[in-house]
Amino acid sequence: MDVPDDLRYSDDHEWLRTDGADGLVGITRYAADELGDVVFVELPAVGRTLARGETFGVIESVKTASDLYSPISGEVLEVNDALGASPELVNEDPYGQGWIVRLRLADPSEAELLRDAAGYRSLIGD
Amino acid sequence: MSARPDTGGDAVARPIDIGLIDRVTDDGSLGPRRAVGASLQPTLAELSVPGRRTDQVPHPPADALAGIPDDLLRSSAPALPELSEPQVMRHFTNLSHLNHSIDGGFYPLGSCTMKHNPRVNETAARLPGFARLHPLAPDTLAQGTLELLWELQGMLSEVAGMAATTLQPAAGAHGELTGILVIRAYHRARGDVDRDEVIVPDSSHGTNPATASMAGFRTVTIPSAPDGGVDLEALRGALGPRTAAVMITNPSTLGLFERRIVEVLEATHAAGALAYMDGANMNAIMGRFRPGAASFDVMHLNLHKTFSTPHGGGGPGAGPVAVAAHLVPFLPAPLVVRETDGTFRLERDGERPGSIGRVRAYQGSVGVLVRAYAYIRTHGGPGLCRVTDDAVLAANYLRQRVGEAWDLPYAGPCKHEFVASGARLRRETGVRTLDVAKRLIDHGYHPPTVYFPLIVEECLLIEPTETETLADLDAFAEALLAVAREAHEQPELLHEAPLTTPVRRLDEATAARRPELRWRPMTGAETPCPQ
Repeated sequence: MDVPDDLRYSDDHEWLRTDGADGLVGITRYAADELGDVVFVELPAVGRTLARGETFGVIESVKTASDLYSPISGEVLEVNDALGASPELVNEDPYGQGWIVRLRLADPSEAELLRDAAGYRSLIGD
Repeated sequence: MSARPDTGGDAVARPIDIGLIDRVTDDGSLGPRRAVGASLQPTLAELSVPGRRTDQVPHPPADALAGIPDDLLRSSAPALPELSEPQVMRHFTNLSHLNHSIDGGFYPLGSCTMKHNPRVNETAARLPGFARLHPLAPDTLAQGTLELLWELQGMLSEVAGMAATTLQPAAGAHGELTGILVIRAYHRARGDVDRDEVIVPDSSHGTNPATASMAGFRTVTIPSAPDGGVDLEALRGALGPRTAAVMITNPSTLGLFERRIVEVLEATHAAGALAYMDGANMNAIMGRFRPGAASFDVMHLNLHKTFSTPHGGGGPGAGPVAVAAHLVPFLPAPLVVRETDGTFRLERDGERPGSIGRVRAYQGSVGVLVRAYAYIRTHGGPGLCRVTDDAVLAANYLRQRVGEAWDLPYAGPCKHEFVASGARLRRETGVRTLDVAKRLIDHGYHPPTVYFPLIVEECLLIEPTETETLADLDAFAEALLAVAREAHEQPELLHEAPLTTPVRRLDEATAARRPELRWRPMTGAETPCPQ
């Protein structure tokens, strides 16, 4: 299973890539495969403040609809508007073009609370 | 196959083909033989021939168009299909044969979609005294219907073990909203205004959190315990002075009765909250468990499930709400009341000032209410208990048989439905539950609910209902076991299934992402099943 070593992971299958005070968030390859073909991603408003674990959107696939949970607290700086026309990017490139939101992190040290790649691999039984 | 309008001449509505037919390819030659259950039909537009018509209006009024202003009259006739009456009838009859229906075969979706609806209910609902009564008829002219509704209020209250019932809500989710609004009114009437949370276990119906949100509450979701029941510690941790209600789907979507129901209710009431029971699955416990007697405060019943009424395709349904005595003042108005002289009437405006008001026009889905009344009267109390017992027995029998090849993630026995998991099958063969569902169609069955509840991996949710014979249950079990064998022996078959249907596996992702909502003729490679 594709679990990049340079990311942090939540138990709800979101990944976080930190870059100084910013963080990029998406869902993992495992989550994308479990969901199946994604058909719609409901994105949060830019400027919204998210607590760690807060629901910030919904991801809908041919199988099911699931909430998206913020792996870390912060303010929404940017959302991936490309998902509006091409939700399939989540399946095709979950760690790249399928990113979902960019956050200004309230407390970058919170990232330490998330799993590292090895921890996430053990979570999904990989 | 579909007709090919580009070849000119009359398109022909093909009869339903049973068995193997030859497939004609686009160049007119015969393609490979393929098993087909029933064939697609040309559209009415494709069948149209200019000048063909169904009938003449015998005496068209000469001045029919005279009253329409000139600028609103169209100058040319609309481009409507032109067909003969038998063509139209055959078109729709043949189309209807493409559907799998409960009247055509076993349907493991259970009462969520459709259980068998006794035909006597239809006769009752069509009696002109009920069917043709004007909804605004004064009470004096509607005594028969009012009496039926009054009796039904009482019967449903008895089934629920509650003090009173409103028949107004039009469906289960509407009943939930009504029940939660009644709970809100109760807390407010006591000045207990800080209760803004509703607790919902993750095994509840998806409509429960939606209901809470719609009524202005914040939803607090708690995880299930490993046995599928409510996690008491999580519930106790979430309960507090802000909890307005706890909503429990019982039996849950896993088909399990909530074994810790006594503790759940005690904890809920100790926190000053009220307990709501989603009674959508009442067909598993009707006559055997009365929620009000267990101290639930509010519940709804899905008459179109438990008490039978056709409801495939979205309704109409009926979701009456039954409440305990302390909530009666808040129930929607008007209820049907009986006067001391034995006549019946609707409550008058302001008669119950605490009422949350109307939640639906008139008296609800009266046609559905008549069917439910007929169902209850034809069964009687012992008959309703037998319905429950048979539904539970059928589900447990099927569960046991299916368990020979499928994982059963929760210990039995189950209630009216059970979950099986295809997780092991997927690991061993790469075949997913979606493939299994599609392959079941080839075996002649409508697939059961799949991928719900969400908390079970590669889930199948199977509800046989109370009316299937042992032979029918065995045949369905054999089909599921056969599919499991096929998954090991010929997994590619399942990836490609269904193989015998007029359209093969649909591209659901593209259909959802880029839906084409306008009809246009399909030609060549655009036909639904290009080779």
